[in-house]
Amino acid sequence: MKMIEANNLKKSFGENEVLKNISLEVDKGDVLAIIGPSGSGKSTLLRCITQLETVDSGEIIICGDTLVKNNEQGKAVYSSKKDKAKISRHLGLVFQSFNLFPHFSVMRNITEAQRIVLGKSKQESEETAVELLKKMGLAGKENAYPCELSGGQQQRVSIARALALNPDILLFDEPTSALDPELTGEILKVMRALAAEKMTMVVVTHEMLFAKNVADKVIFMDNGYIIENGTPDDVFNKTRNERTKAFLSRYYSGE
Amino acid sequence: MTIQNIISQLGEGMLKTCLLFFSTLIISLPLGLIISFGRMSKWAPFGGKFKPLSLITRLYISIMRGTPLMLQIMVVYFGPYYLFGIKISASYQIYAAIIAFAINYAAYFAEIYRGGIESIAQGQYEAAHILGFSKNQTFFRIILPQVMKRILPSVTNEVITLVKDTSLAFVIAYAEMFTMAKRIAAKETSMIPFVVAGVFYYVFNLIVALVMNGIEKKMSYYK
Repeated sequence: MKMIEANNLKKSFGENEVLKNISLEVDKGDVLAIIGPSGSGKSTLLRCITQLETVDSGEIIICGDTLVKNNEQGKAVYSSKKDKAKISRHLGLVFQSFNLFPHFSVMRNITEAQRIVLGKSKQESEETAVELLKKMGLAGKENAYPCELSGGQQQRVSIARALALNPDILLFDEPTSALDPELTGEILKVMRALAAEKMTMVVVTHEMLFAKNVADKVIFMDNGYIIENGTPDDVFNKTRNERTKAFLSRYYSGE
Repeated sequence: MTIQNIISQLGEGMLKTCLLFFSTLIISLPLGLIISFGRMSKWAPFGGKFKPLSLITRLYISIMRGTPLMLQIMVVYFGPYYLFGIKISASYQIYAAIIAFAINYAAYFAEIYRGGIESIAQGQYEAAHILGFSKNQTFFRIILPQVMKRILPSVTNEVITLVKDTSLAFVIAYAEMFTMAKRIAAKETSMIPFVVAGVFYYVFNLIVALVMNGIEKKMSYYK
């Protein structure tokens, strides 16, 4: 089953065309890694899928529901506010800078949306939170505040916060870029465990080993285009594209 | 006239000062928030760069901050008569004072709120949006509590200034404490009423500072 279908997405910021005719598909249970140099449009792509940005033209279908499609003039037309809200319930997003709510305890960071958005009871939402924190290796941190946690711990709380709403697809926007290598390991471990549970994930990342070893599909983006779209083996070992080779060699030259 | 006598005479003025002080805060704090929304509004009904709401509130804030509060009090008090010939009674004094103070302080508070709101990282809005919070839920549950913490020191400054500014109500002969002190001092040719008044303002502000400090401490459980 197709969880995400994106066709011919185009997006410009003023004169700067960031996405140039991007199409991709994500199957249920797959992990898609999106790699590429800074400014290649990969974060923007993720933000368009999660409705933090709007596309200028193209089509996005999430879990069978159409978020946006082109009208006859080829301009993007979004679905109703209600449908957009419904579609975004399929998605969870983990940010590079965590974006936890600093004035809430770890517990409330995870329970607030369950209660306010899903209408769950206090007890039910707290049970979910405790379970997720245990899974994230953060049992006993319920009453801590984000400022008391390390970056790696904060990022794991933010993963728990996203998972608490039971999304069908979890998207990650450079989840380890704000962390030092030691803490990066913590996060990658959690993401590997989620992949093993067949969670559908889209991961924008600079962690080439993660993309190579954990992802089912890898997309390499450069300058607003998708240059490669295939299995990790296709992209990392069999590519004939000079641009891809140059990008990958920089990561393997120990730079 | 004994000190006890002076203090008891000033007592009524103190009550009126407190009435003016609290009424001003109760009105101007929420009003300031509403004005700050207007100031930040991107509403442009005619397209382009013309944003009427933002422009009007900017003009309002500019006038309130750019002219003396004393003048504003007089305009609010005497305006109805000079402009419309409405006879004003002495009972209008307190309303005029509260209106003038509230609209003046709301302008200052609006700018403080705006600074606080604009200082909250965009990521907070984005995280709330992804989690499915509505705009109102995001503002009142996620943004405003963080804004309150950040603006508290600036608000304390304004509140302390307000305590002292209440004395400006003497220009419309509103019998707050300073007005009373002046009257008694003139009548008795004595410095004591002024000293008592000074002590009163000082102690009042000491309490304000202590209370605000307490609130700040209470909010310091996170960074």
